[in-house]
Amino acid sequence: MSAGYTRYHPRWLRPRVSTYWWLRRTSYLAFILRELSSLFVAWAIVLLLLMARAVNSGEAAYLSFLQWASHPAVLTLNIITLSFLALHAITWFNLAPQAMVVKLGKSRVPGALIAGSNYAAWVVVSAGLAWLILSGG
Amino acid sequence: MTTRSVEPLLWTLFSAGGVVAAMVLPVLVLLFGVAFPLGLLTPPPHDYLLSLLRHPLTRFGGFVVCLLSLIHAAHRFRYTLYDGLQIKHLNEVINVGCYGGAIAISVWALLIVSR
Repeated sequence: MSAGYTRYHPRWLRPRVSTYWWLRRTSYLAFILRELSSLFVAWAIVLLLLMARAVNSGEAAYLSFLQWASHPAVLTLNIITLSFLALHAITWFNLAPQAMVVKLGKSRVPGALIAGSNYAAWVVVSAGLAWLILSGG
Repeated sequence: MTTRSVEPLLWTLFSAGGVVAAMVLPVLVLLFGVAFPLGLLTPPPHDYLLSLLRHPLTRFGGFVVCLLSLIHAAHRFRYTLYDGLQIKHLNEVINVGCYGGAIAISVWALLIVSR
């Protein structure tokens, strides 16, 4: 919307919000950090695709991928990525009860149970994937 | 109203991607991004990993994880820029950048899993 105004079209009464509004409170900052986890989700996919491409190209490429991943800069980025992924997962599962209303008969399934079952599924999926990847070693 | 908005579909894919990303990405990044490079765990041998990746279920599941996670990330980052930086005048550039990026990486993923 144009900011301009004329004699017959008075100025909008819209208080200007600072671009840095999210630095004003811890809860705002937590919100923006949670939303920024999206960048790290995208990076995680790129990282896994680089790994898959290297594995496809042969053993030498796979070994050089592992070497590249142990470079301090890449390792630091991936540790930060892991913490943002954990932030995403925890905030996502904690919000699940608000997004899902599950009813058993007439009573509503308590939120803690929904979040709990999400966490349980997370543990099962993670353990299954880790077992699948590590069992060949 | 006869025009249909694509927004509900995007929000549905956003949710599906959020679940998928939360369930499978942390453990994969923990292993391939942190534990193997740090030497905390021995990485799987190449031939084992190759056979794992070539399995039809891994190809299909891997592609679905990539596609949904990327749409989730694109949609969320779009709104982060929208709310966080309030750069609404760049909306179209941001939309093209976010969804275009997600589509481009998904195509790359499709090429990798179909090899």
